[in-house]
Formats: sequence, C-alpha cells, structure tokens
Amino acid sequence: MVIILLLIIWEACSRLFVIPTWLLPAPSDIVKEGVTSWSVYNHHLFSTTKLSVIGFGIGVSVGLIVATMLHLLPPVRQAFYPLLILSQNIPIIVLAPLLVIWFGFGMLPKILIITLVCFFPITVATLDGFRQTSPELLHYMQMAGASKRQIFAKLQFPHALPSIFSGVKISATYSVMGAVISEWLGANQGIGVYMTLAQSSFRTDRVFVAIGFVMVLCLLFFGLIVMLERLLIKSRNTEGGK
Amino acid sequence: MSELVIEKVTKSFADKKVLEDISFTVKEGEFVSLLGPSGSGKSTLFHLIGGMYSPDSGAFYLDGKKINGKRGAISYTPQSSSLFPWRTILDNVVLGAELFAKPNYDQAREMLEKAGLSGYENAYPHQLSGGMRQRVAFVRSLLSPQSFICLDEPFSSLDEFTRLEMQRWLLSIWEENRKSVLFVTHNIEEAIYLSDRIIVLSSNPATTKREFTIPFARPRKEELLLSEEFLQWKKAVYQELR
Repeated sequence: MVIILLLIIWEACSRLFVIPTWLLPAPSDIVKEGVTSWSVYNHHLFSTTKLSVIGFGIGVSVGLIVATMLHLLPPVRQAFYPLLILSQNIPIIVLAPLLVIWFGFGMLPKILIITLVCFFPITVATLDGFRQTSPELLHYMQMAGASKRQIFAKLQFPHALPSIFSGVKISATYSVMGAVISEWLGANQGIGVYMTLAQSSFRTDRVFVAIGFVMVLCLLFFGLIVMLERLLIKSRNTEGGK
Repeated sequence: MSELVIEKVTKSFADKKVLEDISFTVKEGEFVSLLGPSGSGKSTLFHLIGGMYSPDSGAFYLDGKKINGKRGAISYTPQSSSLFPWRTILDNVVLGAELFAKPNYDQAREMLEKAGLSGYENAYPHQLSGGMRQRVAFVRSLLSPQSFICLDEPFSSLDEFTRLEMQRWLLSIWEENRKSVLFVTHNIEEAIYLSDRIIVLSSNPATTKREFTIPFARPRKEELLLSEEFLQWKKAVYQELR
C-alpha cells in the first residue's frame, strides 16, 4: 500500500512540475519502457538471474561448510574467525577489479564476488545457531550416549535451521546485488551492463527499469526462501520442549 | 538383567567435596530412590553414572562391568523433559533407541498407547501439557536399549495433582516392565510410595546416611498413601532427613 501511494505521489510530482525524463522519469514512463524494450534487455535479465542463482548456491554451500568446519573444530574457529570478518571489510568495489585482473572476464571472478558476499551472513548465522543449542537437550544427548556426529546431525543442525534460514534470507538479497556489481566491472551482458549503458546515455528510465528488476529478483529469491523455510520448519514452535 | 553397583565414589569440584564415599547397589528389577535435600549432589551422582565426568575415586559397575566415564550405559530421564521441539512425539520417543539401531516404530506406538498417549503420536511437544511431556520423556527412556533407568526428579516441576497422577502412572508402567530404576527425588512421600528401597543422602558433602527397605507389596494402590503404616514410614524417613 505504501509503495502504491509513493508511486502515485511520484507520478503526480513529475507531471505537475514537468520534470524532464532524463532527470527523473515518471513511473508510467518507466513501465512503458520496461514493456516496449523487453526484447532488448531480456537476455541481460536472464544472464543476471543465472549468475545470481549459481553464485548464491555456491555461496550458501560454502557458508554452511565453513560454519560446520569452524564449529566442529574449535581451534580452527579461533584462528579463522577474525579472518572471516576481515574478508568482509575489503570493499567489493576494490576487490572486483582485482579478481578480474587475476581471473579474466569470465564467470569465475563474478561467482567469486557473489560467493564472497553471500557466504558470510550464512556462516555467522549458522555458527550462532550451533552455539545456541539448548544445553538441556545437549545434556540429554550426551547422557544417552550419542556420538559427536549424532549430536551434530540430530540436535545441533536441526536446532540451527531457523538461524541458517535467516542467514540464507540475507544472502539471497545480497546475491543479486553482488551479481549486478560484478557485472559493472566487465561483462558483456547482465543487468549491471544494461544499467551502465543506460546511465552513460542518460536513459534514466532504463536505469529505473534495471533497478526495478533487481528489486523484483530480490523479492522473488526472498519469497522462495521463505516458502522453503515454511515447508521445512512449519511445525516448530519457539517454546521448545520444556 | 541389570544391576548397578556403586562403590565408594568420591567427587569434588574445585575444593568443594560434593560426594563422599557413596556406596550402594540397585538390584535387578528394583526401584531405588535417592532421597536428599536439594543441592545435596544427587544430580552430580547421576552425571557421574551417566559418564559426563569420572569420579575422583571409587567405581560404578553395571552388570559387573566398570562404567566410569562411559556415556550411554544407562537410560536417562532428565528433570526437564528435554524433548526435541521439532520432532513429533513418536519421533521423540524413539530417539534414545535411534542412537544405537534402527528404531522399532510399532513398539513405540504400542508403548505410547499403554502410556495413555495414543492420538498424540504426531503432535509436537509444545502442544502437550507438562505432565504429558514428562510421560513422553519416560517412554523414551523405556524404549532406549539400556535396561537401567535413571530418573532425575522427573516430577519436580509438576503441580501436586499432576504429580500424584504421574506417580500412579509411573508405577503402573514400571510394574509391567520392571527395568531397574534409580530415582532421584526430594519428596519423601514420593520416595516411599514408589520405591523398594530408599537411600537417604546427607548434604555437604553427600554421604549415604541410611537405607530403608520399604516392605509394601506391589502393585501398590493409591490408598496406601493414607494408611497408618505409610505415615509411620514417612515419620521415620523424615526424622532421618533432619
């Protein structure tokens, strides 16, 4: 509702004050451009979607594997946790050109960038989930003679699932951003490329079309994850088994 | 067949001696209660039997085998029910068995029915009342492959009415199965009503102060609680505790 209201105000303003399209196009202009030139940019859209999905998939796997390793090997955690945080301090904008220098213009540097932005929220959230395992349940499992592996598979992992999903949700939105940023720096197709082209030729309406699709893509990802989450942990209750 | 022998067990934490020279035996098919004030080290003794840590001196023998520091030798029902919130009741009761072999769901269903929990197989722990959750936890212990059961104040968090009902229920279930039980409680009546023998612990550090053999025949009826003889026993035990 708020979004619709904002759009109406925006539309009204741009008509009332006759703002030139290259400065700020009205929503209706943007939609028109989006519909009429679909054939021009749709391959960009698919390319970015593919890139995000692949990068996201790898990012999630890396995030989960890293979290599991750090959790099961406490000395490794102490050694590598600061490194993990540092990896998030390097501005992507600086790192991306470097990756292009090292790995060329192909898929690899782009996927590396997406993975780098995606894995961190998952690792942190998953580690927290593991650590917050209910001490009572852990105690029971130990008394019952569960092995370390059983404790992990039957208790810690399922217990961490909600946390994992919050990490995955954050990553899902990051992945599209990561894909677009990686495309800015050297690609022949993708929303990022389309955006740069539109920008340099003052086609502001196209920039907005691109922004619109980034948003839609993010929402779509997010929605899918939420659906999956409901499916997997629908029956849970935060009350726990006390 | 299972017999637990506890032989001169001593345990200190830091400089504080918690258990001193504890010795007693739980025979095959016997129901023995450990009675003592809160904080007298009853739970510590359980954790030692369960192998969470090793005693400073002394030994535990289960069926003649030394089980010092060995986890999973006994089946354990904790103070809080410690059910897994994401598992259904049926999946919860087979957990103890699942750690060692493929669980027998038919037997589990049958047991739940006997325990008055039929119809709840597919419910989740948060949907059950406190007493029912405690029943589930006890069924879980019964279904575990270990034949020796340790109950750690399983009814302490329940109200008086539910507690009575649970004691009656526990007796009826136990009289059918006759697994050896070691029961920790700080409730005198509960101890007399349920047990074949009561071991009274002193506190700071805990030592075996006295042993009572309760002669009431089984199956025991609820009326027993109000009989003159029962009150005599209660008096005797009470005096020992002071």
